[in-house]
Amino acid sequence: MDLAGKISVYREKTAGGAIVMAPLDFLFKWAKESSLWYMLFGLACCAIEMISTGAARYDLDRLGMIFRATPRQSDIMIVSGTVTLKMAPRVKLLYEQMAEPRYVVAMGGCAINGGPFYYDSYSVLKGVDQIIPVDVYIPGCPPRPEALMHGILALREKIKRTKA
Amino acid sequence: MTRNEILEILRDAFPGRHLEADPDNNDGIRIPPPDLPEVAAFLKTEPSLDFNYLFFITAVDRLKALEVIHHLYSMGKGHHVILKTSLDRENPALDSVTALWPAANWHEREVYDLFGVRFDGHPDLRRILLPEDWEGHPMLRDFTHPNLIRRPDSPAEGRSEEAPGRGNPAS
Repeated sequence: MDLAGKISVYREKTAGGAIVMAPLDFLFKWAKESSLWYMLFGLACCAIEMISTGAARYDLDRLGMIFRATPRQSDIMIVSGTVTLKMAPRVKLLYEQMAEPRYVVAMGGCAINGGPFYYDSYSVLKGVDQIIPVDVYIPGCPPRPEALMHGILALREKIKRTKA
Repeated sequence: MTRNEILEILRDAFPGRHLEADPDNNDGIRIPPPDLPEVAAFLKTEPSLDFNYLFFITAVDRLKALEVIHHLYSMGKGHHVILKTSLDRENPALDSVTALWPAANWHEREVYDLFGVRFDGHPDLRRILLPEDWEGHPMLRDFTHPNLIRRPDSPAEGRSEEAPGRGNPAS
């Protein structure tokens, strides 16, 4: 189906095709959610699941997602793993270097609240949301690739519904 | 060569020193901290022992003392020995063995970082794992930190109690 068929807005047939009338913010959101380039970095074992999600078997490319090795070109930061107090300033710096609009996915128990390192650990940050705003939380230790993709689809849904 | 054979050689080479077999470990030898540099140099250079490989240095907080543990191995002879030294917990200091085994450099930095043991003669004794501005040494049992939340039902609650260790003179 072509774009004109997907968009439930004013559409008028002309001799050569169709004219689509849509609100600009709808188009912007559609563009944003359709190519969420993610930052190439991983912090712990969750990164292994993220890597396999990006590889051939699960293939994040299908969602228009490719990794970028620089925060300047990334739209989404997948915090995949344990954030230590030593790493936290670096994670914050990477987030601040991303251009807006930017989104953060907290993947796995550690990124959500410290997970298995919540108790009796001096070195682990108790959740990445203490330093940067998080859009989607994906529980699991680590989450399976299906869970990560579900989280990404939830993020796309969230982008679609956000008022511009 | 077994621990007891190595200990006999050491006792012959260092008469009058307080070297004893470790009751906790079949490979362990307890030595007084001031004797470590001499004993270590002997273990490395004596041809029949030939401990040319230092593969691990760690420490244990026994509450009454800090125990530093050196694991030595001989590539040629295939034997293994563990040296244990008990240090004053309030002011732990030990001679560095970096000059004998360069591998000791980072191991001693780690023990310094996590336990606060100062290694005299170390060429570059600074933190290796924790941030440079970190305060305290987190593997000590009385370590506290705002980020450290104790598990409510943790068996480690009674941390003032003695650490278990069979026949351990330090504990």
